[in-house]
Amino acid sequence: MNELPKSDHNKLSWWGWTALLLGAILMLGPFYFMFVFATLPRTEIFSVPPPLFFGDHFFANMAILMQKIPFWVNLGWSLYVGLASTALTLLFCSMAGFAFAIYEFRFKNALFSLVMGTMLVPAFLGMIPTFLIMDSLHWIDQPRALYLPGAAPAMGIFLMRQYISSAIPKELIEAARMDGCGELRIYWSVVVPLLGPAFGTLGLIAFIASWNNFIGPLVVMRSVDMYTFPLALRSVQSPVDTEWGALMAGSAIAVIPLLIIFIFSSRRLIDGLTSGAVRG
Amino acid sequence: MKPIIKPSVAPYVLISPFIVLFLAFGLFPILFSFVLMFHTWDPVQGLASMQFVGLENLAFAIEDPLVWTSLGNTLWLAVASGLPQHLIAIPLAYLINEKLGRWRNAVMGAYFLPYITSTVAIAMMFSTLFSTDYGMVNAMLMKLAQMPLLEYVLPSANVDWLGDPKTIKPIVAFVVFWRYLGFNVILYVAAMQAISRDQYEAARMDGANSFQQFWHITLPQLKPIMFFGVTLTTIGGLQLFEEPFILTGGKGGMEYAGMTTAMYLYRTAFDYNDYGLASAISWMLFIIILAMTILTNKAFKGKEGQA
Repeated sequence: MNELPKSDHNKLSWWGWTALLLGAILMLGPFYFMFVFATLPRTEIFSVPPPLFFGDHFFANMAILMQKIPFWVNLGWSLYVGLASTALTLLFCSMAGFAFAIYEFRFKNALFSLVMGTMLVPAFLGMIPTFLIMDSLHWIDQPRALYLPGAAPAMGIFLMRQYISSAIPKELIEAARMDGCGELRIYWSVVVPLLGPAFGTLGLIAFIASWNNFIGPLVVMRSVDMYTFPLALRSVQSPVDTEWGALMAGSAIAVIPLLIIFIFSSRRLIDGLTSGAVRG
Repeated sequence: MKPIIKPSVAPYVLISPFIVLFLAFGLFPILFSFVLMFHTWDPVQGLASMQFVGLENLAFAIEDPLVWTSLGNTLWLAVASGLPQHLIAIPLAYLINEKLGRWRNAVMGAYFLPYITSTVAIAMMFSTLFSTDYGMVNAMLMKLAQMPLLEYVLPSANVDWLGDPKTIKPIVAFVVFWRYLGFNVILYVAAMQAISRDQYEAARMDGANSFQQFWHITLPQLKPIMFFGVTLTTIGGLQLFEEPFILTGGKGGMEYAGMTTAMYLYRTAFDYNDYGLASAISWMLFIIILAMTILTNKAFKGKEGQA
């Protein structure tokens, strides 16, 4: 995916450029206006002609937002759940990926099919029973209800298996075994230190998925003090008197970390998110 | 004394976290949901008051007009948001892959960005843009309507985009399309890069223009990825929840025009506390998704037979 096209390629015609440019504006324009609106008071957002440039009302908007929701608490939970979910995902997926990449064992193929099969089960099917289970475990309003259930995603196991079978030579494992290393020791001291790039990709994907997760907290988080950030943001929206400036400031804050991650690692993210599709 | 785990046992130990999580939070909820479908109980007294009611929930779901309204909405939205995703992503991916050099990654990034951003933030942003009183879209339409000729085509008053049952569905479809277009573009670009350059070279020698190359070389070889992409879009589209949920304030909009089945089963469970009925609806939706997936599969296999 990284090769540039050869120079003998046809040049893009003017209408091709126009189409691409209009498309890119359509994709990025809404983000621009989100940031602009975040810096304007509500009355100016909805004025004629529409505002096109940044204002100086960002901190006022933030103050309104902090009145409406426990901003730092919600942001803190999002961060906490995101980091916990990322750490567990990296651990569990690398363990399973290592097993599928290196070992031969009974039911290996059946188990791997099971892993991949979990991708096909629609999430809503488990929504109601999951709530009832969490309720009877007394996990409602507990962050672990968010980061634990999805901590071994099929996609992550697949990514790890691919990476380990291509990047870690079996001879290395054999040599460690000769030296008297136990199997878990091999995993922890030989394999894990070599998984940097794969951890990077999967870690970003896991964190972003957790950061953006909406349905999960919607079902299991019931009190405002336990809301993750997207859920808190939604509670600011009201049918009659929504503080749009504050809401846009909050939305901008939800999006900025993703923008930063994306600017620095779009290539890696895109490859990671589509690798299963293209190879499989 | 350290416990030594033998190589024959190690893989099972390593996979055990997945197995435990799958059993507890994957398989068990689904089986439980199946059981719930045939039961009713008083939510205040809890599961202890569970009573077997046979197919009553399912019968009730089938007679519930809102189930059918929501299924109609879901299908409409899946088609209206899904079809353009692929019809536009394929030629777009071709332009990006064949004609762009230096700019390729930046352009792909721009299209991909919506896919990785928070649905809540995106939906809030579009709620603002489509707001009735002087939202950006209405303000622009007003401006355009002052021009000659256009005044006859464009609405003369502000449109209540998110409140009017006629406009809410197109808006939701547009937001979903906007969000997932880039993902499909990237799938197709990746697939196009796997096509050998020699074939294009040969076609150019024979005097084929860009369009002919696209039509006769690129398109036929995209079939496997098209199948994959369309399947993902179908499964995802029929489960649509977040975008319409936030754009309609969680209620489904005027006349429930923006309420999908996934939203309705959520409301049945958590607004009306009827978990049994909600489980029945979720299994109905599951069967429909399964049927649609098989249909997609058949459609692609059928085409392959002809070729």
